[in-house]
Amino acid sequence: MSVGAGVGVWRALGLVLERELLLSFRRPDQLLQPLVFFLIVTTLFPLGLSVQLSLLRDMAPGVLWVAALLASLLSLDSVFKSDADDGTLEQLALSGQGLVVIVVAKTLAHWLVSGAALVLLSPLVGTALAIPVSAFGTMLASLALGTLTLSWLGAIGAGLTVGVKRGNVILSLIVLPLAMPLLIFGAGATDRAISGTSSSGALYLLGALCVLTCTLAPFAASAALRITLE
Amino acid sequence: MWTWFYRLASPPFVYRVAAAAAPWLMATAAAAIGYGVIDGLVFAPPDYQQGDAFRIIYVHAPAAWLSLFSYTTMAAAGAIALIWRIKVGHAVAAATAPIGASFTLLALVTGSLWGRPMWGTYWAWDPRLTSELILLFLYVGVMSLRPAFEDPARGDRAAALLAIVGVVNVPIIHYSVQWWNSLHQGPTVAKLAKPSMPGSMLWPLLSMLLGFMLFYGAVLCIRLRGEVLNRERLSAWVREAVKS
Repeated sequence: MSVGAGVGVWRALGLVLERELLLSFRRPDQLLQPLVFFLIVTTLFPLGLSVQLSLLRDMAPGVLWVAALLASLLSLDSVFKSDADDGTLEQLALSGQGLVVIVVAKTLAHWLVSGAALVLLSPLVGTALAIPVSAFGTMLASLALGTLTLSWLGAIGAGLTVGVKRGNVILSLIVLPLAMPLLIFGAGATDRAISGTSSSGALYLLGALCVLTCTLAPFAASAALRITLE
Repeated sequence: MWTWFYRLASPPFVYRVAAAAAPWLMATAAAAIGYGVIDGLVFAPPDYQQGDAFRIIYVHAPAAWLSLFSYTTMAAAGAIALIWRIKVGHAVAAATAPIGASFTLLALVTGSLWGRPMWGTYWAWDPRLTSELILLFLYVGVMSLRPAFEDPARGDRAAALLAIVGVVNVPIIHYSVQWWNSLHQGPTVAKLAKPSMPGSMLWPLLSMLLGFMLFYGAVLCIRLRGEVLNRERLSAWVREAVKS
């Protein structure tokens, strides 16, 4: 007799989400590290290239997006890992709720503490990289859609590598190629907004990818977890 | 009729079929590739723009085609193995991955060798080259995930799922890369137009394509035998097979 069977799907989703967020905020250092990493990586590019503002502005969308992908990837490893290690994940899987609900809650929590935080931080980095304020709207929208999609793709990767020792290298190996369309559309949209042309095409495509992963990735990720857990 | 289909799921049967089929596939592949090489390299007329350099297409195009074909085969075999729990499917997927990665590498190398005289550079960020490169990364991902697990059965299933996710992504990657390149208008490159090819150039190409497919089949059979033997090494029939 499973305890969680009497709880509705939305309630279960809320409970797991609340628990994840609580755990994250109890360890603020782990919360901040990917964000600091994001700041450091974006600082490296002007140091390595040039401080010419015109050149920086040309490079800015790519730099911003590559840094955001890497920073978001950094925290992906821990989405299922600690819960798998201490057996919590198995308990959740046995709770009578579908594994999909748990995957959705954990992925949303990951996005809120990594992706959404990066989005909030991006105007600061954008200013440092000489992105004009007129392009901030597109930059924020593309990063929001892109990091959410990346969290979904990453959930599949994290599910597949949860039982693997030193899985985070393999995690990057399998997630980064899948994320390349995100980089192309995201940086493309920001690039167009900087040059003043319409970026709606790229944003629509990012939105389409986001919807595609929101609908399919939870099932793929829970299938991955089922393979690695059982 | 269906019993024949079901027997394909049995490792000893697959082992015997692969052993019997490999020499035939290899012989027909040698014939088709031999004709393609001689007719393509010697008798086909040189291209009016590219001269003799176009002849690398006889290796490049079949390799590029096979790189996608093997990936699809790998994912399909993985899906069959996941859905119907047919272990031989995992063996087929594991045997296919290195072959497909090799074809991808061959397509990349021949493409860049062709690019040197035609584009003046070994590497251009051409959409097709770039998506081929990403395909190589996808192969590497699948090939590094499989042995990462201590339990081989888990590695098999994880790799199968990753291959399926990759198949959904391949067309997205392909079109996004095209879109990207039209955005960053690079140096305008003279591209080989899609086949408005005369028959004297086309026939050797089709023969090479057929030959590459047969060669893939032959190598798959050989590798599959090794995979099946290794996977079933504790079973009685393998001891019989190895003894005799």
